[in-house]
Amino acid sequence: MEILMAIVIGILFTAATYMMLSKSLIRVIIGTGLLSHGAHLLLLTMGGLKQGAAPILVEGTKAYVDPLPQALILTAIVISFGVTSFILVLAYRSYQELGTDNMDKLRGNDSDE
Amino acid sequence: MNNFVILPILIPLMTGIILIFVNKYTKAARGISLISTILTVIVSLLLVNHVYQNGIQTLNLGDWDAPFGIVLVADMLAALLVTAGSIVVLACILYSFKNIGKERESFFYYAAVQFLMVGVLGAFLTGDLFNLFVFFEVMLMSSYVLIVHGGTKPQLRESIKYILVNVISSALFVIGVAYLYAVTGTVNMADLSAKISELGQPGLVTVISILFLVVFGLKGAIFPLFFWLPGSYHAPPTPITALFGALLTKVGVYSIIRTFTIIFYNDTGFTHTLIGILAGLTIVVGVIGAVSYWDVKKIIIYNILTAVGVILVGVATLTPTALTGSIYYLIHDMIIKAALFLLVGAMIVITGTSNLKKMGGLIKHHPYLGWMFFIATISLAGIPPFSGFIGKLLIVKGSLANEHYMLVAAILISSLLVLYSVMKIFINGFWGEAKLRKEEEKGSTKGLLLPITLLLSLSIALGFGAEWFYPYISQAAQVLTDPSIYVQAVLKE
Repeated sequence: MEILMAIVIGILFTAATYMMLSKSLIRVIIGTGLLSHGAHLLLLTMGGLKQGAAPILVEGTKAYVDPLPQALILTAIVISFGVTSFILVLAYRSYQELGTDNMDKLRGNDSDE
Repeated sequence: MNNFVILPILIPLMTGIILIFVNKYTKAARGISLISTILTVIVSLLLVNHVYQNGIQTLNLGDWDAPFGIVLVADMLAALLVTAGSIVVLACILYSFKNIGKERESFFYYAAVQFLMVGVLGAFLTGDLFNLFVFFEVMLMSSYVLIVHGGTKPQLRESIKYILVNVISSALFVIGVAYLYAVTGTVNMADLSAKISELGQPGLVTVISILFLVVFGLKGAIFPLFFWLPGSYHAPPTPITALFGALLTKVGVYSIIRTFTIIFYNDTGFTHTLIGILAGLTIVVGVIGAVSYWDVKKIIIYNILTAVGVILVGVATLTPTALTGSIYYLIHDMIIKAALFLLVGAMIVITGTSNLKKMGGLIKHHPYLGWMFFIATISLAGIPPFSGFIGKLLIVKGSLANEHYMLVAAILISSLLVLYSVMKIFINGFWGEAKLRKEEEKGSTKGLLLPITLLLSLSIALGFGAEWFYPYISQAAQVLTDPSIYVQAVLKE
């Protein structure tokens, strides 16, 4: 199971890298979304994917899945939510101000202004 | 167990929350953030004293024992950096009163600065790897707000790049934590240290350590991961650049020092050689950039890189002398970089440009500013009585003992070029024919000189009072050379 997950996560990272190297800003942001999906799935996989009950205390349950990675993922998810919404608004704002979403046109040093 | 440890995080956090409510009342916001920052400085000084007398202080949050709960650890290194960091924030806040402008002030500027402080001080104090990630994000999120604050075109353009780089490095951080958790089953730094030295650091852990070097290198701007820094730091207004230059990269450097002395120290042959090579190249790139620009802000920005490289040389050699030097230089550099950015900011206020070729003869009307800049310059380069000297001396001594001649050469030659680059600002900006008459100046330096004086006098004290500071710093280095002190203080075996 872990091997399958590793391959899927690898595909996610590949897609994310490809998207982030493209010209359009919105594709780059989609790339960061894929990257954080990959990272979160990796955290889940690396915690171990053994069989067990959901980590809720119920009498008579012998084995639980590891609760720590789930807590870490939950934290990482809300953080990446916050950052993603910030960057989306920033992209919108810079599209209004700078009039382009082409990363190539955002180049240059600021000493020329 | 000592609740003192959490106060440097708690005070700015509460202040930040209060400042959200008093946002529209600029005077109140100024007063509150000033008072609370002074309070933080006092508390962190008390913390330094406490750690000096009683050894490493730990706080198990929620009374859960060390590997299971989150633990805050104040060893001497963390306490000293917390102090230096809060002093830098104090100076930058004082500077902001005059420099940042009404519009920015009334849009949560001071709240963002306080949250930045929470992130930085929390990152210094935490003893848990995932908690370090969270404090990094607190720091970065506030830095995103600050870098784009005001929304001018260059700021928008550069903040997109800055945020993208940091989103990627944060994802890599999560990946690193995931791998390390899979190998060891813990995220507590002391527990990690114990478990990894039990395993004897197999190849897999070395791979993970390099991943962490990449992550922290992206934050701390080492070669070849520094590419985002010059543009991003140039865009925001001066006090924000000063905060970033003094604090953000230093948190990355601190994390490298922490992880590579406490956690990944068993296979130094590969990792620390790599750090040495990268440190050397960082120094070289930094001085090349510093020498080549005629933009006052850019020159200081590239000097950040050189300083990061010099600090990491001490980590690469891993001798007590060199580590002491690194810590000394780290503290010196936080203070002097903030001072230099603020000084350059004052020059920009007067002339209205950051182009060095359009300045000249400032010393005629601003002798105090000029001579302060001169002192900051020679202190940065490491001229003997000043604070940059002792750190570099110890690093050079430690590296020579380990026969790292190339690195020593890089440090010494870089000092010369750093001196040249900042002296270029002094000679071209302050000497020569005055290009502006008194009444043509774009703004006054009233109120800007006080925070600079504060930082510079501290820097001078750090140099002249080296004897007095030395026991504190050698105590900090002691923990780094012998991680078992740290592990025992946290796990209480």
